[in-house]
Amino acid sequence: MDKYLEMIRVRFLMMLAYRTNYYTGILIYSINIGAYYFLWTAIYGGKEEIQGLSVVQMTTYVAISWMARAFYFNNIDREMAMEIMEGKVAVELIRPYNYLGMKTMQGLGEGIFRLFFFSLPGLVIVYFIFPIRFTWDLGVWGLFALSILLSFFINTQLNLLTGITTFFLYNNAGLIRAKRVIIDLFSGLLLPISFFPGWVQSIMKFLPFQGISYVPSMIFTQGFTTQEAWAAIGQQFIWVIVLIIPIQLLWHIAKKQLVIQGG
Amino acid sequence: MKNAIEVNNLRKEFKAYSSRSGLKGAFRDLFTRNYKVVPAVNDISFSVKQGEMVGYIGENGAGKSTTIKMLTGILTPTSGQITVNGMNPHKERERFVQTIGVVFGQRSQLWWDIAVQESFRLLKKVYKVTDEQYDDHMQHVIKTLDIEPLLDKPVRKLSLGQRMRCELAAALIHNPPLLFLDEPTIGLDVLVKLKIREFLKEINEKYNTTILLTTHDLSDIEALCDRVIMLDAGKVIYDGALNDLKENLADGKELHFQFLEKVDLPAVKKVTGGLPVKWDYDEKEQVFIANLDNDDLLISQVIATVVAAFKIKDIKINETSTEEIIRNIYEKGAVEVG
Repeated sequence: MDKYLEMIRVRFLMMLAYRTNYYTGILIYSINIGAYYFLWTAIYGGKEEIQGLSVVQMTTYVAISWMARAFYFNNIDREMAMEIMEGKVAVELIRPYNYLGMKTMQGLGEGIFRLFFFSLPGLVIVYFIFPIRFTWDLGVWGLFALSILLSFFINTQLNLLTGITTFFLYNNAGLIRAKRVIIDLFSGLLLPISFFPGWVQSIMKFLPFQGISYVPSMIFTQGFTTQEAWAAIGQQFIWVIVLIIPIQLLWHIAKKQLVIQGG
Repeated sequence: MKNAIEVNNLRKEFKAYSSRSGLKGAFRDLFTRNYKVVPAVNDISFSVKQGEMVGYIGENGAGKSTTIKMLTGILTPTSGQITVNGMNPHKERERFVQTIGVVFGQRSQLWWDIAVQESFRLLKKVYKVTDEQYDDHMQHVIKTLDIEPLLDKPVRKLSLGQRMRCELAAALIHNPPLLFLDEPTIGLDVLVKLKIREFLKEINEKYNTTILLTTHDLSDIEALCDRVIMLDAGKVIYDGALNDLKENLADGKELHFQFLEKVDLPAVKKVTGGLPVKWDYDEKEQVFIANLDNDDLLISQVIATVVAAFKIKDIKINETSTEEIIRNIYEKGAVEVG
């Protein structure tokens, strides 16, 4: 376990090594939150609420889902693709650790870094600029924390899955981009799931995406009752377990037919 | 003494895809692709004893790296058995890699953006090395390789020679009984090369570390290895002492002449007419080269005749170099010993 914790620390150091990325990140997230805030106030016009969400709730939803994204989002898939394409994965395989586990820890290191140096200060700024209502109910915060941790695992698992496909496709830049758009859309980051047409909603119930953004954001904005929240968290948890299966399967096959590119 | 490495009928096949020509071909390639199964490593067997230093050589694409990758558990063999340090590398990968160290000359295993000592610290945790072991062993390694001043620099700011020394230190953090070096001296200057060789010799003596080394620089092999395994097109074509290879194949000598006066090839040929000598002329260096058997009497005779006929600026007697021998073997693709 020690080595995995050490990896989180190293990832922290790496993030610090690239400060410019960090500053531009803050800028991009603020612009996004601002843009969606103005978009949604325009859509609401004078209306009190749409689909059971008020303007304030909606603004909070947007702000919180972008801040949560900073935590669960990572580029593990792109990194894996690079490592596999350049043959660096050979070096990873001569180390006594689980490659996928280590990648997950790197993602977690990155996530924790962003949560503390990015989301929290960002949230304070956003709190003073936009009309956002935070709850001070510790129970809600607890559920939210549990929920974004599970979001992180679901999203990272999907990233691992996409990353592993590089073993078979050799160049999967297109797939990675497609995956990112799908997650942004279907996870409820751009649009709450309750705004989709009924039949789309019923399909999405059977997909893991809403567990990434919609669930934690709804919990935070108290769009879910406590009971609904627990049910949603349970569903997230089930997805985390279920996704292990295809990952292990693909990884097993990938290792067998691994080709180290470039000598 | 038990063997560190045992390899039996090891084979690795790759699919080599080929594209059809033309637009029509490109469309057909979308659905079915032509491929040939190419054996990169073709039923090889060998074993290495604990504490041996073995040079693993061959042309580019002979299958050296593929073998190393199977021995280190990265690639799964198509068929055959491998036992390294008493384990099956790809089956028990995580436990197995704990007992080996690997340096790939062409790719870094240090983390690019962080200081060298941070990489060391992480590797120390990864290999579960205790503080005492680390201090005891690594102090010495760091001093011998002279990397103390580099430890707080990020890897991307190091020169190749500096980085290579750090890579070597990183591969030795857990003091493994077996070390794989895949072209460790590629692109390094003479001083760094010498330092690395010295160091490898030292750890081999001190810890009885087994070292398997692939390289294109034969002086590395000459300096370090008693034994070479030579690979060509996926097959072992020679496995034995480097000296035997030299003695058996280097039966000739070369005499290099430079003359003060203007002399041409037919003239020197005429002078040594009765003797079994083959003459060459190296235009760039303006050197006449006489190839002949390693026979002291004949050599003296040839020199006497030539010196008597022309004014001499310089004479050299050269043994055929290892490089020459190896080149000959590569060209023939086989070793005819004896």
